[in-house]
Amino acid sequence: MSILIDAWTIAWKDLSNELKTKQTIGMMVIFSSLVILVFSFAFDPTNNMVKAVIPGLVWLITIFSGILGLNRSFLSEHENDCLTGLRSAPIDPSSIYLGKVLANFIVVTVVQVISIPVLFILFDYRFLGAILWFMLIVIVGTFGFIIVGTFLAALAANAKNSEMLLPVLLLPLLSPLMIAAVQGTRIVLENQDISDAISWLQLMAAYDLLFLAACFFLFEFIMEGS
Amino acid sequence: MKELGNMLELKNMTKILGDKLILKNVSLVLNKGETLAVIGPNGAGKSTFFKCTVGLLQPTSGDIIIEGQKIQKNSAEIKRKIGFLGHESFLYNTLTPMENLKFYGKLFKVKNIDEKATRLLKEVGLHYFKEIPIRSFSRGMMQRLAIARVLLAEPDILMLDEPHTGLDQEAVALLNRIIKQKQTNGTSILIISHDFDQVHELADRVTILNKGRITETIQLTSDIDLPKMKDWYAEAVAQK
Amino acid sequence: MSKVSGIIDKLLFFTLVPSFFLALWLVFIWSPVERVMGAPQKIFYFHVGCAWVAFLAFIIVGYYSVRNLIKPNMNHHIAAGISAEIGVIFTTVTLLSGMIWGKSSWNTWWTWEPRLATTLILWFIYVAYLFVRKMEGSWENIARLSAVFGIIGCINVPIVFMAIRWWNTKLHPVVFGEGKDQSGGGIAPEMLLTLLFSIFTITVLYAFLMRKGIEIEKMRDTVRRAKNRAISRLAS
Repeated sequence: MSILIDAWTIAWKDLSNELKTKQTIGMMVIFSSLVILVFSFAFDPTNNMVKAVIPGLVWLITIFSGILGLNRSFLSEHENDCLTGLRSAPIDPSSIYLGKVLANFIVVTVVQVISIPVLFILFDYRFLGAILWFMLIVIVGTFGFIIVGTFLAALAANAKNSEMLLPVLLLPLLSPLMIAAVQGTRIVLENQDISDAISWLQLMAAYDLLFLAACFFLFEFIMEGS
Repeated sequence: MKELGNMLELKNMTKILGDKLILKNVSLVLNKGETLAVIGPNGAGKSTFFKCTVGLLQPTSGDIIIEGQKIQKNSAEIKRKIGFLGHESFLYNTLTPMENLKFYGKLFKVKNIDEKATRLLKEVGLHYFKEIPIRSFSRGMMQRLAIARVLLAEPDILMLDEPHTGLDQEAVALLNRIIKQKQTNGTSILIISHDFDQVHELADRVTILNKGRITETIQLTSDIDLPKMKDWYAEAVAQK
Repeated sequence: MSKVSGIIDKLLFFTLVPSFFLALWLVFIWSPVERVMGAPQKIFYFHVGCAWVAFLAFIIVGYYSVRNLIKPNMNHHIAAGISAEIGVIFTTVTLLSGMIWGKSSWNTWWTWEPRLATTLILWFIYVAYLFVRKMEGSWENIARLSAVFGIIGCINVPIVFMAIRWWNTKLHPVVFGEGKDQSGGGIAPEMLLTLLFSIFTITVLYAFLMRKGIEIEKMRDTVRRAKNRAISRLAS
């Protein structure tokens, strides 16, 4: 229980800081809008192709902007060596991980709430799918992305070139999740048989649980050391 | 003022980092209410020694015993007893002093955080700056706040890693006043320092860590003055 | 100890060389030419062998990663690294031969066939793993971090395979009849024997490379230590 309280304390520290400065969220929103803009040059939005690329774009903007936030989340702890401060505090190291997952998840979700509608508007896309299923898929997929992403951000933060290292480590590991998320999103947006989307959702949920457990136990090893 | 009994005991602690033997069979006892200073040349393994003691690094072999209890990996209870003032401040640049203290207070499960934090900020003279993000603080102000952070949890053992580095006269005086006050309260203190003046002023006992070994220890009785201590140190280091 | 390992090295070497020639003979002369595909089908013997070693090498990386987390050990750290490096080579060969195979049998350089696509992702995971190992810091630190990444990567590979296979069958079911015979459905006995023998040969090659690589890396380490010692002696 105290793990969760500590995790929330750490998450709240990051979030309240973000509320004050709004720097990371602002950057992420602007960046994802720019990605949408670039893609609208690449795929002509007036064309019929739009329908085919929308499900992929939802996830592309999430991942691209999410990586920006993930990079920050552990680098900021290296200023003044705060991470050592956290490690010398009487808390379970895993609560640092949970706290960061929580904070990152909330930040990325907030960015999505803004950027996905922007995507639909700029691509002039009429949303006809089942909104609740769509939201569920987005949440489960994003959660998996954050679970693995936060873990690897902590790992990459040990390197000097962590900003470059993180995507290289993260994207191959995300590939099964992204396949499932994009396919699930496509099925929901095109109003196809929901039961197909449910099987993708199950795959994502299994991925989330498996990696949450693995990362939770392995995080201690990342925190150890000089 | 002095009570009997060991607060902290290190038994044959050895640490190998990479291919290098950093600490060789370090054994040390810190009594209750005692102030022990560890001095030694650069690269003697002082920082590693400290990190092992605080529990940030796992010693390769050997035991660390606090109040008769062996330290287990990541034991929260033990960590609460230790106040660690590191080389860096461990403070968040974007937060205000008050927020920093409250954050750490919550992690250390301190009761009456607000009240204590306000009192400590007054004590270290940062009361008027309590709503300013500490990004703009000078090294001295940071260090004062770092001290307040350490004291917030009311630790039984204070571990200070070169606390006087980069401080001006006023801040040094403040720090020494706080340390002395803690000494009278019966807190055990372990200091790593290069600053002989301060060590002489604060410590009850001085020990030398050279090339990963504890080489010599003296009790700072009243007949040992500063030059005498310096001579003793020069001699002890030159021997090896 | 060194005597035994010397014998193992010799044994590996003297198994490897004759069996390699034998494998080449089996593949190109002895085994019959496939009627539909013709000569390009021969690439399949090497392709499957390399793919098997690529995945085997990654399992070895995972195995040494787990051992390394339990107790840091320089030898395990080196073994995991060498296995990953060899794995990259075999994964690359698998991808290239797979592409040539695809071009000749399906007339396309690339298809999102689950096994091929998983191999591609495996290649990326290998490269990422090697990047983690290139980080600065003490070897213990790197050993721990790379071991953590190796384990996570290992967990990921089967999920990737599952996801890609699912993706393919749900959207456009497998249309390539030949795709299935890779697992050996109606394969001629000569072909099967040749296949098994070439898999054996390539596995021996992997074991041989692994031992040589570890030896070289250990020598490098010894030289580095000697250098450090010399420098510290000169300095003092």
